[in-house]
Amino acid sequence: MSDIHALVGAYAVDALDDVERAAFERHLAECADCRAEVDGLREAASVISSSVAQEPPSELRDRVLSDIAAVRPLPPLTVPATRRAARLRPALVAAAAAVVIAAAGGLVVAEPWADDTSQVQPSAADRIRAAADAEEFELPLEGGAAATVIRSKALNEAVLVAEDMPAAPDGKVYELWLDHDGVGMVAAGLMEDGDDEIVLTGDPATAIGFGITVEPDGGSDEPTLPAVTTVAFENA
Amino acid sequence: MADLLGRSARGDTEAFARFYDATSARAYGLALRVVRDPAQAEEVTQEVFLDVWRQSGRYDANRGSAMGWLLTIVHRKAVDRVRSAESATRRDATYHQENHKVAHDVTAEAAEASLEAHRVRSALQELTAIQREALELAYFGGYTHTEVATMLDLPVGTAKTRIRDGLIRMRDAMGVTTS
Repeated sequence: MSDIHALVGAYAVDALDDVERAAFERHLAECADCRAEVDGLREAASVISSSVAQEPPSELRDRVLSDIAAVRPLPPLTVPATRRAARLRPALVAAAAAVVIAAAGGLVVAEPWADDTSQVQPSAADRIRAAADAEEFELPLEGGAAATVIRSKALNEAVLVAEDMPAAPDGKVYELWLDHDGVGMVAAGLMEDGDDEIVLTGDPATAIGFGITVEPDGGSDEPTLPAVTTVAFENA
Repeated sequence: MADLLGRSARGDTEAFARFYDATSARAYGLALRVVRDPAQAEEVTQEVFLDVWRQSGRYDANRGSAMGWLLTIVHRKAVDRVRSAESATRRDATYHQENHKVAHDVTAEAAEASLEAHRVRSALQELTAIQREALELAYFGGYTHTEVATMLDLPVGTAKTRIRDGLIRMRDAMGVTTS
């Protein structure tokens, strides 16, 4: 049992700081035992709160029901079998946990809760580019660096293609974010040194924008501002 | 309840309203306990239910109950809220410690309200005092395990173990099933 495994209880009750949480979520991606234990401990923790139940004001019900009238539920995570391993993951898991590793000939996308994290998808970026509804959004950057987000709403996928990004400062990493209306910035992956194509995690189809920030190694749950660069998606 | 979520995912607002009615007291009560301010608790609860509506198709019954799923989202959002508020005005840990006993007594009183709560209280009594305190400071207080260790004068690194042990005991005492 590794040391990080011991954080499972604190993780289940959100008692980790941002850096520990990111590290533990990377561990979760690889540890089925911890995933099962987190589920059980979260269930136990939620039971504790039955002692503090309290009826909310009745206006809250009206506000909630009025909110949802304007929002379409996201589609379920059903995908073609070839993509299944990399896409299966409950939505509530922070996308910050996703680890994108450059691998020979393509990308290995490891996501927490994925049943199989070793699936290699050499064509992810190409496939998004090739989608009939692919859109490109160029990110404003200084110096010689260039970065573009290519998104397909139909596939609910997006990829960041970067060129000549300067290395992040020592002990820091670039973190990618999708901006969701009413939710805010949702972590969409980390850019490790040398990565030039990163498939975003999360739900690019419904996002209204994208940004890159500099975060401590391992990433953060909230973006540290100011962002390196941001871009608004059109027609989101 | 899982069925109501499934119908919500298909755009059934009436099913979602029933889900809200069945769960909102639990969601709001937890948010209020963590953030303490009723206006902020309402905001958190409102955001969570909107999230739940949006994500309803992605709830996985194999991984836990619908209530557990909802409350996990509530808790995370409430903790994020108190921690970001804290960066502006650092909470006074001493204040919390002094008031902790009172808060716990109120908790125990409210716990008698229902059968499930009674079972929870029995399960909580299975815990050692230090496990219970560590767990309550983390879960209801929204403190990190490192902060909990300091507040309880535990060596750094032991609070996380107390929290985990406490949760495991709760899980086993409550007969929570996991997939």
